[in-house]
Amino acid sequence: MFKGGFIQNLPKIYGLYTGGFAVFILLMAVAESAGVSAKNIGVMFVVFTVGIYAFIGYLSRTVQVDAYYVAGRQVPTVFNGMATAADWMSGASFVALAGGVYFGGYTYMAFLVGWTGGYVLVATLLAPYLRKFGCYTVPDFIGTRYGGNLVRACSVFVLFIASFTYVTAQINATGTIASRALGIPFELGVWIGLISILICSMLGGMRAVTWTQVAQYIVLIVAYLLPVFWISSKVGGGVFPHLMLGDEVARLGELEQQFGLVKNSAADMKAAGVPGGLKYISGPHSAVPDGGMAVWKYLSLAICMMVGTASLPHILMRYFTTPSVKSARRSVAWSLFFIFLLYSSAPMLATLSKLSLMDPNLATGIIGKSIADVQAIEWVQRWSEVKQVFIADFNGDGILQLNEFFMRGDVVVLATPEVAGLPFVISGLVFAGGMAAAMSTADGLVLAISNALSHDIYYKIIDPKADTAKRLIVARVLLVIIGAAGAYIASFRLTSILGSVAWAFDFAMSGLFFPLVLGVWWKRATREGAIAGILAGISSGLVYLLYVYPKFSVAIWGVAHDPWLGIDHLRFGMIGAPICLVTMVVVSLMTKEPDAATQKMVDDCRVPTGKAVLGKQH
Amino acid sequence: MSNKDAHWEKTRNHMFVTLVLWFFFSIVIFMFGSELNTMSFLGYPLAYYMTAQGSLLAFVIILFWCTGKQEDIDEEFGYAEREED
Repeated sequence: MFKGGFIQNLPKIYGLYTGGFAVFILLMAVAESAGVSAKNIGVMFVVFTVGIYAFIGYLSRTVQVDAYYVAGRQVPTVFNGMATAADWMSGASFVALAGGVYFGGYTYMAFLVGWTGGYVLVATLLAPYLRKFGCYTVPDFIGTRYGGNLVRACSVFVLFIASFTYVTAQINATGTIASRALGIPFELGVWIGLISILICSMLGGMRAVTWTQVAQYIVLIVAYLLPVFWISSKVGGGVFPHLMLGDEVARLGELEQQFGLVKNSAADMKAAGVPGGLKYISGPHSAVPDGGMAVWKYLSLAICMMVGTASLPHILMRYFTTPSVKSARRSVAWSLFFIFLLYSSAPMLATLSKLSLMDPNLATGIIGKSIADVQAIEWVQRWSEVKQVFIADFNGDGILQLNEFFMRGDVVVLATPEVAGLPFVISGLVFAGGMAAAMSTADGLVLAISNALSHDIYYKIIDPKADTAKRLIVARVLLVIIGAAGAYIASFRLTSILGSVAWAFDFAMSGLFFPLVLGVWWKRATREGAIAGILAGISSGLVYLLYVYPKFSVAIWGVAHDPWLGIDHLRFGMIGAPICLVTMVVVSLMTKEPDAATQKMVDDCRVPTGKAVLGKQH
Repeated sequence: MSNKDAHWEKTRNHMFVTLVLWFFFSIVIFMFGSELNTMSFLGYPLAYYMTAQGSLLAFVIILFWCTGKQEDIDEEFGYAEREED
């Protein structure tokens, strides 16, 4: 009764929701001017939005297998685009991306190109064909196309490594934001974050995650864009910063010349007691670093992120939820559009924020001013207390130099509204946005892992006779276990051992990209080829990571190794993926051509019409 | 050649064209970052503009174009899906 009308009424429902959210923001603004404390406003923002997601999660509960795994395949194109964008943009994208551009400049922006360009690969090589195939999970495609439990289990293994690396970072981010906004200890924040994540996904699986992700997208995009436009007009950057910051970028270049880009020695930083994780500006904002190696490092990072994007299961599985092949393809384009709105704004925020701190002609400028004066500024004091900002005086002249001001990247997003003098209601909104971004990605990842384990390992391999009720119970139990394992690792702050979220992309690219693409585009690819390719790709990638990442290589070999051809730990997919491709092609050609039934299966997934390869319920 | 094979050949060629455009905006232009930065667009140095916004926008446009074109190909060979599916 609710369901039939629900899909048709989606635009109305989410329109009302957006209006309601706007009213809530205004109410908070009124509350702030009436004297409600900044802390309480932050609490209300987080509690209100998370409460709504939980309510949506509860309304979307289901006992149907296809609703649980693929949202009943009835998510309309544009809404699936929004859900994918929320699924995609993690807590890191929301709070750390602008900070990355702030400190890394041009070089860092290879991530922007990589995290968007990958969608072209998704749309042309994979999404429509996997949708036509009719699978529930990514390993479901690999297991059916190549046939056999071993290849299915291998792909689940890669999925698990890639997604689990990613999910602990998301639960960590959820906990950080919850603890800051609610003023509770980090460990408690992590578990509260986990409970919020599970409420959104446990009762309704993919269906619940889809509708909460749409709601989360709306919150996070409003929370990102509103401050960017506001700050821009406030600091004189123009009403539409994306087209109007040319002068500001040029001015940053001049200021870099004036202050000088100095690299601090590790010994100096240690002696001054700079807290871990804080950075300073040492590279140019818009200038391209010289040399072939710099170009190669930029390109190799972009390639890893693009190919990794096209292999990450939590993204690919979103395109299994659309009503048709055409709509799956079209919704990839919409996803990228919705992602573009945020990603193209991050460099603008970084530019504005950098200029407001660096330009001595602006009231907000701190570089080149006396250190005593800067230390008296309210926001500097507040963020210094929590070790997010640090000031050192290396040359002892009492003047703050560019290389003497340290800050955590997150502060760019979290503190810029405050620095620019916006009301606190905006900072509360930013907390809610960060929470939405981290929760939506964590939900997608936890679901991707637990669905692969429950569908591909439990139902397809261990107990193919299990009935619907039992399958869904197993799926939910696994969801809780995976979430709890992620939260456990996050709450002990063990995430540093997992390194960067970029690793998830490299793992996925090493083990899944070519088996997926060749499964559709090369009929000759065989089961043996796929198994060999997955194992060779993931293991060579992993071994290279151990070799090149100093923390691991010192533990194993006793020494840190220099990266080979500039391929460092962020780019180890450049080793794994080519090895996967070569192994897969060679072994496929050495083994017997796939049988006629398999070839027909591939033919069927290449045309949009006709029956899906896998039945509606399987 | 059967209808199905002709459809696939055209789909495959379309894929290659799309990937050439993708390759141009993601790889080729950043091979010449320093040279491009001497030019400017909207007041931004060109390579900076492309990595901050231009290539991202190009990907969005490529995808909507590529989708529309593929739908035409499916239509041409009688493989367009009925809406109620």
